[in-house]
Amino acid sequence: MALTLNINGEDFEIDADPQMPLLWAIREKAGLNGTKFGCGIAQCGSCTVIVDGNAVRSCNTPVATAVGKSIRTIEGVSEGNDHPVQLAWQELTVPQCGYCQSGQIMSAVALLERNPEPSDNEIDKAMAGNVCRCGTYPRIRAAIHRAAELSKA
Amino acid sequence: MNDMNLTRRNFLKFSTSAAGGIMIGFHLPVMAEAATDGGAVEINAWLTIDPDNIVSIVTPQTEMGQGAFTAVPMMVAEELDIPWENVRHVFADANRHVNNNNLYTTTSTGGSTTVSRRHPYIMQAGASARERLRVAAANRWQVPLERVVAKQGFLTADHEEQGTIQGSYGEFAAEAAEITLEEEPAIKAYGDWWLLGKDVKRLDVPLKTNGTAIYPIDVTVPDMVHAAVQACPVPEGKLVSYDFDAVKDMPGVIAVVELEQTKDVPAFTDLRSAVAIVAESWYQAKNALAVMPIVWDNGRGASISYDSQTAEAMQLLSGPGTLLLDEDGNLGKNLDKGVNHEAVPGLIEASDRQVIGEVYSRPFETHATMMPPCAVADVKDDRVDVWTFTQDIARSLNEVADQLGRETTNVFLHQTYLGGGFGGGYNMDVHRQAAAISAAVGRPVKVIRSREEDIAQDSQRPPVWGNYKAALGEDGLPVALVTHFVGEEKMPVFSQRAVANMPYLVPNRRHEYSAVQNHIPIGYHRAPGANSNGFIVEQMVDELALAGDWDPLEWRIKMTEGNEPWQRVLMAMKEKSGWTTDMGGGEGMGCAVVESHGTIAGCVATVAVSRRGQLFVDKLQYFINSGYVIDPLVATEQAESSAIWELSHAMFGGLMLRDGRIVNTNFDSYPVMKMPDTPPEIEVHLEMSEDGWWGGLGEPAGPPTPPAVANAIFFATGNRVRSTPISKAEL
Ligand code: FES
Ligand code: FES
Repeated sequence: MALTLNINGEDFEIDADPQMPLLWAIREKAGLNGTKFGCGIAQCGSCTVIVDGNAVRSCNTPVATAVGKSIRTIEGVSEGNDHPVQLAWQELTVPQCGYCQSGQIMSAVALLERNPEPSDNEIDKAMAGNVCRCGTYPRIRAAIHRAAELSKA
Repeated sequence: MNDMNLTRRNFLKFSTSAAGGIMIGFHLPVMAEAATDGGAVEINAWLTIDPDNIVSIVTPQTEMGQGAFTAVPMMVAEELDIPWENVRHVFADANRHVNNNNLYTTTSTGGSTTVSRRHPYIMQAGASARERLRVAAANRWQVPLERVVAKQGFLTADHEEQGTIQGSYGEFAAEAAEITLEEEPAIKAYGDWWLLGKDVKRLDVPLKTNGTAIYPIDVTVPDMVHAAVQACPVPEGKLVSYDFDAVKDMPGVIAVVELEQTKDVPAFTDLRSAVAIVAESWYQAKNALAVMPIVWDNGRGASISYDSQTAEAMQLLSGPGTLLLDEDGNLGKNLDKGVNHEAVPGLIEASDRQVIGEVYSRPFETHATMMPPCAVADVKDDRVDVWTFTQDIARSLNEVADQLGRETTNVFLHQTYLGGGFGGGYNMDVHRQAAAISAAVGRPVKVIRSREEDIAQDSQRPPVWGNYKAALGEDGLPVALVTHFVGEEKMPVFSQRAVANMPYLVPNRRHEYSAVQNHIPIGYHRAPGANSNGFIVEQMVDELALAGDWDPLEWRIKMTEGNEPWQRVLMAMKEKSGWTTDMGGGEGMGCAVVESHGTIAGCVATVAVSRRGQLFVDKLQYFINSGYVIDPLVATEQAESSAIWELSHAMFGGLMLRDGRIVNTNFDSYPVMKMPDTPPEIEVHLEMSEDGWWGGLGEPAGPPTPPAVANAIFFATGNRVRSTPISKAEL
């Protein structure tokens, strides 16, 4: 069935079964590969995107429920790889294999938009759904504080 | 689009969505394979220099977050003497390597060896290029070679008539490429480095903050279809039948492909008996596969469970095992060759100060790399293109050629970034699956393993069980020691690592091993063997120290007297960690040291255990001696990463094996460490000997972590944790 998805401010006309998870619509139909698949059951956060301001797991969100909403993916965070979260991530060399990092960054962006100066506890809570097998958590925690600082400046 | 003859470079620049029509250009210079267009000149297989003095350096190893793509260019740039800003990294061409007598020596990426073992010839490649540039300049300028200086991308000489003359490397690249040196230069020694030894950020970091790094799962090829696969849930079992009619009308379903096991008992990289559904979208393939009726012959594995393996291990541990020799057939470098190993048990029996250890164990663990195994294959009559999850591009290329019966000259395996590896990219058959499916359906195919399939079929880290007995002398130090470790039959060597080679100077030592039945495939898992065995050995050490009234850290210092690399680590632990065995109030510190990959890594853990038995790991401090370090920043990142990796398994991991199948299915039943569980403080101290040896740094901080935490728990609570996951222990 024909659907329109608004991703990063652009309309994508796609043909998909309404139950198709948003993740696969973004990757296979819209061709945006920055959003990753890690578990398929909302347990790892690799597929995190921001829908109407909220971080959601796209792997278990039916594509039909995202129609008419504003979807943001890693590709839409900034033009020049220079959003404060991205800059902080680069400064503190957060990514290792990098596979989880699109999801981590989307969770962090959503957190900072809601709460510009989160405490360690608030960070832990907001990031608890994002697994990183490379164990970059200490650097993510520090980078979120750093991004908060950069956003103020 | 089917007949479009895309070159490799086009593939990497453009991609088409399976839906067709949307072309997305993602031009990524650093993603290109080594190329000689755009005026760049190849000086040798490792590097090209373009007219703007940009140097592209080839990395034959894979990049999975460990920093190979930065370390290899650093080693070449150090010798070439080129500003770091001028360096670009490029993937090695696997086809060229395989078909030119292993051009890059090896493409294998494991065992923390990229720097430690490979630096001599990688640095040599840079040194050789630099010397040839100098010779080219001396020839053109007609000056003696000694007068030509190569520095930071420029060649300079004092010319008798013209005074100081200068030219960029780029200007001399073409001439340098033609020069053969009479003698290859020696590589620089430690102390002469200008780049190595400094904190250098990994070159792949920026690509990984905006979603542009390409992993196998992101590769799209025109006309590509998607496949979901299932192998027998009981490994070694075989497919009997399936009912494709039941699912063939489901949306998007295109075909079913049976994957035949070619050997009775497959090697870890052989194709296993499996079935695949091919569909327009991966999720459609997965949905159809989930409901397709399949009948399996489970084979011998159906009668094997972790419980049955444990019972067998207990039986074995009650008797003597086989005398353990190290991998070279020796008794272990720290064992006295003059000792009569047969007599050691008798010494213990005759002693009136015996210490009899209880059984320790570690269960199976899985890699669960963040990217589930995935491969894309495009099998055509005259060429095969493959992108896959691999830690050895040449080995995987050969496997694909073998699978299809093709010549390696026609197989092109393209390197991408990996979404984690941790050893999981070695014993892998996903590219064989993709190649076989593409050949069967006549279209390019992307195979993605569901997380459930990944956990069921991964080459797992094996379990181990171990105990010991010892006799103490008058000073409370052991005079005789027997250990017995039980591994499994497929790769029993993992039950032996970090055991015979423990450095402690016990005068009479004997190490034994045995193995239980096992049908589960086994793989390398970040510091294989040492990761599980360290938990046993280093808690044994604490038990022995306490039985002899020794402080555990002082015991280790005493028992490694004269061993400089270990003493350096242990003294740093003593001086810098705030070591005490007497914290009180439910808190405790514990220490452990394990040598792996030529590096000695010590950990001091500080924990708190609440009255209700909840464990908090407050602080982990690492003291690491790898001889030399070329990039302290990446070394520190890798120590943090391996620490969290091992703590994750010690606290939460554990695969359960029942009736031949792995019971855990996904991150809900195989929990891993997440941010709220991560210790608030992780400190890394690089304590380098700087005396002529190179240890690896991608793994060694892992193994001492679980025993340091367990030893700390003992000091906090008086309880000894002899198995993992610790989250299931009564504290
Ligand atoms: S893939 Fe969606 S949470 Fe794991
Ligand atoms: S950076 Fe590798 S999984 Fe997070």
